[in-house]
Amino acid sequence: MATIYLDNAATTKVDKNVAEKVKKVFLDSYANPSSQHSCGKEARKLVETAREEIANFIGANPSEIIFTSGGTESNNLAIRGLAKANPEKKHIITSVIEHPSVLETCKDLEKQGFSVDYIGVNEEGIVEGADVKKKIRKDTLLVSIMHVNNEIGTIQPIEEIGEVCKKKGVYFHSDCVQGFMKLGIDVRKMHVDLLSVSGHKVHAPKGIGFLYVRKGVRVSAVQTGGGQENGLRSGTGNVPGIVGLAAALSVKQEVTRIRKVRDLLVKELLKIPGTRINGSLKKRIWNNVNVSFYGIEGESLMLMLDKEGICVSTGSACASNKLSESYVLKAIKVPELYIHGSLRLTLGEISEKDIKFVVSKINEKVEKLRKISPFKLEMSDGK
Amino acid sequence: MESNCDYTKAVFDHFQNPRNMGEIEDADGVGTVGNPSCGDVLKVMLKVDGDKIEDVKFQTFGCAAAIASSSMMTTLVKGKSLGEAKKVTNKDVAAALGQLPPIKVHCSNLAADALQKAIGDL
Ligand SMILES: Cc1ncc(COP(=O)(O)O)c(C=O)c1O
Ligand SMILES: [Zn+2]
Repeated sequence: MATIYLDNAATTKVDKNVAEKVKKVFLDSYANPSSQHSCGKEARKLVETAREEIANFIGANPSEIIFTSGGTESNNLAIRGLAKANPEKKHIITSVIEHPSVLETCKDLEKQGFSVDYIGVNEEGIVEGADVKKKIRKDTLLVSIMHVNNEIGTIQPIEEIGEVCKKKGVYFHSDCVQGFMKLGIDVRKMHVDLLSVSGHKVHAPKGIGFLYVRKGVRVSAVQTGGGQENGLRSGTGNVPGIVGLAAALSVKQEVTRIRKVRDLLVKELLKIPGTRINGSLKKRIWNNVNVSFYGIEGESLMLMLDKEGICVSTGSACASNKLSESYVLKAIKVPELYIHGSLRLTLGEISEKDIKFVVSKINEKVEKLRKISPFKLEMSDGK
Repeated sequence: MESNCDYTKAVFDHFQNPRNMGEIEDADGVGTVGNPSCGDVLKVMLKVDGDKIEDVKFQTFGCAAAIASSSMMTTLVKGKSLGEAKKVTNKDVAAALGQLPPIKVHCSNLAADALQKAIGDL
């Protein structure tokens, strides 16, 4: 049975060309990039070339790129590092739909005496710039708002929020893990001071990412040691990963084709009775579908599809003593009997033919689970 | 970390081919537990003949563990006497399914509860 992989927001397959370049580094340029000998110099050169390519790509200077292990570390370094270096300001603004690597970091800082405002989103899943502006205070250090949401794919008004922050003299961080390579990123246009990226979401290996730190922004290291990466991120440089991340910049993005397949998928899914799309369809990344089915539970649906070779994810999960809903779907007020029945499908290589198969299987499994469920669509407000 | 979905063969079997799933129109006893805002919902319907459970059916809204537990519970009591059925606990259902991932144990806890509620409704 062939696998149909529809979970590209969780992680992506490493691109062939990227993998070849990474392999070459493993075998030929394995020296420590901090070593003084010629082999070390060669590895260092690879790192610095990659840094330049990545900086150029987002309109930054090479010295503004700090390589990390990925999105989680970049978000931690951005928020904790800024907080550490600027102890006089104790207020942070973020949104309720951020990734846990931002939310949990902010919660941890609350325990250390910071006050944090978690601003809500509208029912489309969009943070409103005016809401951010209203919350800015004299002691606000940082606004952290993600670029593209990982669950519902909604695109946030980053440029607008960046402008507000710039005017108010507040630092602005954006978690661009889901937007990088999918939408244009220009750090000047976005008015960001800090920006996080992860390699494994963009066909580069796992365990590599970077944080953009605008020149002049004071950030302290959270991981101490040998002082690599300008003292901001100690640890031997991940040369294969870094080379892979730079190589991933040339991976062709099939925007038009995938958007078309995605739109077809949405259209076909909406033919299933009692179905809703979660989050704005307009302000949404081109490979994301987040759909809910009335009266059934997402994990069981996900498992049934898995048995058919279809890999998707769901916002529903069993917590320690209850079935817990996705906090993102809760934030956009998905109705009770839809909120547990969500699937996220994030498209990659898939063809239109495969999509038709996927829709027919979803239809079949939804019907099966609805037969098992005590909640019947007839009795509901389902379309 | 153990995955949420590392289920045993028995769980998968009962999840994919649920036994006694559906409704009994003229049920003698009905028990519903849970509510959708905090998770799994399970409805059990019983048809009895004297002291004997002639038929039992369930409907479940929940994860695979919840569905499998409901199904397994019905197989434990169908055709049994009410006295035997009254003794069935959540632990018995979980044991019959084999090991459940720790985070999923609570999902199996509704099955016997709903059964006892339905018996109480007779
Ligand atoms: C929006 C967002 N931020 C951060 C991360 C974390 O990235 P990583 O897996 O590289 O730590 C993810 C990935 O799950 C993400 O989707
Ligand atoms: Zn469960």
